Amino acid sequence: MAIFINETTRIIVQGFTGKIGSFHAQDMINYGSKVVGGITPGKGGQIHLGLPVFNTVKEAVQQAGAEASIIFVPPAFAADSIMEAADAGIKYCVAITDGIPTQDMMTVKNFLRRFSEKERMVLTGPNCAGTISPGRAMLGIMPGHIYKQGNVGIVGRSGTLGYEAADQMKRLGIGVSTSVGIGGDPINGSSHRDILEKFEQDSETKVVLMIGEIGGPQEVEAGFFSKEYMSKPVIAYIAGLTAPEGRRMGHAGAIISSAGEGAAEKVAMLRELGVTICPTPAAMGETVAAVLAKI
Amino acid sequence: MDIHEYQAKDILSGYGIKIVEGGLAYSPEDAVQRAREIGGHVWAVKAQIHSGARGKAGGIKICKTHDEVEAAADYLLGRRLVTHQTGPVGKVCSRLYIEAGTDIVKELYFCFLVDRSSERIVMVGSAQGGMEIEELAVNNPDAITKIYIEPAVGLQDYQAREMAFALGLDAEIMSHAVKTIKGCYRALRALDVSMLEINPLVVTRSGELVALDAKMGFDDNALFRQLKISELRDKTQEDPREMAAADRGLSYVGLDGDIGCMINGAGLAMATMDMIKLAGGEPANFLDVGGGASAERTEKAFRLVLADKGVKAMLVNIFAGINRCDWIAEGVVQAVRKIDMKVPLIVRLSGTNVEEGRRIIAESGLPIITADTLAEAAEKAVQARNEVVAKEAALEK
Repeated sequence: MAIFINETTRIIVQGFTGKIGSFHAQDMINYGSKVVGGITPGKGGQIHLGLPVFNTVKEAVQQAGAEASIIFVPPAFAADSIMEAADAGIKYCVAITDGIPTQDMMTVKNFLRRFSEKERMVLTGPNCAGTISPGRAMLGIMPGHIYKQGNVGIVGRSGTLGYEAADQMKRLGIGVSTSVGIGGDPINGSSHRDILEKFEQDSETKVVLMIGEIGGPQEVEAGFFSKEYMSKPVIAYIAGLTAPEGRRMGHAGAIISSAGEGAAEKVAMLRELGVTICPTPAAMGETVAAVLAKI
Repeated sequence: MDIHEYQAKDILSGYGIKIVEGGLAYSPEDAVQRAREIGGHVWAVKAQIHSGARGKAGGIKICKTHDEVEAAADYLLGRRLVTHQTGPVGKVCSRLYIEAGTDIVKELYFCFLVDRSSERIVMVGSAQGGMEIEELAVNNPDAITKIYIEPAVGLQDYQAREMAFALGLDAEIMSHAVKTIKGCYRALRALDVSMLEINPLVVTRSGELVALDAKMGFDDNALFRQLKISELRDKTQEDPREMAAADRGLSYVGLDGDIGCMINGAGLAMATMDMIKLAGGEPANFLDVGGGASAERTEKAFRLVLADKGVKAMLVNIFAGINRCDWIAEGVVQAVRKIDMKVPLIVRLSGTNVEEGRRIIAESGLPIITADTLAEAAEKAVQARNEVVAKEAALEK
């Protein structure tokens, strides 16, 4: 099972022929992802990395049966590319691009709401490392080899901290069903809560590790969701214990701007909602192991 | 990116928001000259720093004579003002805004910001102005009105009216209030504003609605298409180390501790800082070197961290994904050889080609302390820092 992507998911790359797009497209192909082509407007009809290039996402959907897309388009044009994918009937889209203006993301979210829930594309990111269902498919820029296939779902804002978690788990022999990066931006395609909902429905996922950080309400909202609607245990780590208020910590969204957005406050809320907290970032693997041992 | 009050007012007046006559001053003589030009008998001398709550920090002086204006200007220029928004270091005032005195009948709070929960722009207002909204939110949340704006159609007149009535404004100034509120919204949409706060928005004796203060913050991600706004950046208001980092494409935030950090990825950087704290230390900085940590970039990052003379030990934590540990190890070794490092260095590498990376560090012959795990790295960094501090203390004796 896994969520969003597996070995049969037909993938296209938006921003295919650029340097970054090419590099990661090749990496995804090497991992075993079923990449069926890419989009670069004006280069339609060419062959790149042995795959067809299309002018529009619609063509890729019609001619190559594309279902999922990954976006490497520069920030100024990324929102447009996301909306093009949604309109063309892509089911799942990962936006890697870092630096998309907030108002553009508001437009994107508003655009997505026009579709009925059944027809609506799921977007994760932007400003994320992507999604991987280990051993099956990778739709992202992560080092695929650090993930072991298994039954723990991971959702997190950060790329490298997610790698750290996967690595700690692998050392303990624990694998991952799917790892989803939701990105570090203030407005993102899917929230922690949205991904928890998918993991709850996935038969293969037994527990979920949520890697959050300071800023915004999403981790606590996810905590409420897990308490109300989830049968599976949720484990969380919240980064940014030492982050000062009002300062942006790298990620555009990692800023404590109001009460309840600090790491300590989020941890206290989540604990109250029945989420198991990793006491330190070095203990993500062992905390997951302890929870797995109990089920 | 933040701008000054006088810059925000200049922008807003272009969108039909009424402001008080005022002028910029860089010296006490300038200030008196501005007061003369403005005329009248009362002036406000306002320190221009990137922070709210300037009044409480003594950054706003009401003056009744030109001598008082001169004295206030002399006092404020070059002064470091500390507010709860500036942090303990404060911000230096190098510009003043001299404004005509205003006969205030009513003080209101008004702002627009991006609400992350609803993913919409929200308009926030309160009839109890002048106070910090954070205080109001705690003490009297019912006094705050929030109106969410549908992005597809934008702010509607009825919403502006709802806000104006919630602010307790009279019917006579309703049309002016609607114009003011809509003007703010237009500015916000046109200029990629992430936060626009008018506190206080005042009703004057003559029945006008005036923005007595104005604070604007802009979406950094949108500055590429807001070139005029980018030009308003005042580098004196930003941490020089952070500016230097930004110019080199690195993300740096200076902190109060003494363990310098260089990490790839914002989340891992925060987690590493947390680990340092849990191990009993305090990080000197947040530094994300990003994905492509080349040798050149690594050296720049080292110089940046070590430019902080308070640093007693430095911790490097890299999880190589696209990157490779051997490349990073070579970069670190090169940087250490080039820079005369006076403090202990702890390096933890993980991910792609980790064995090769560790071998390069070990064979370099440099006194680099290595660690396998995140916990071990933090513990060793704190231990090394403590040894340095103990040695310094012994030397002093």
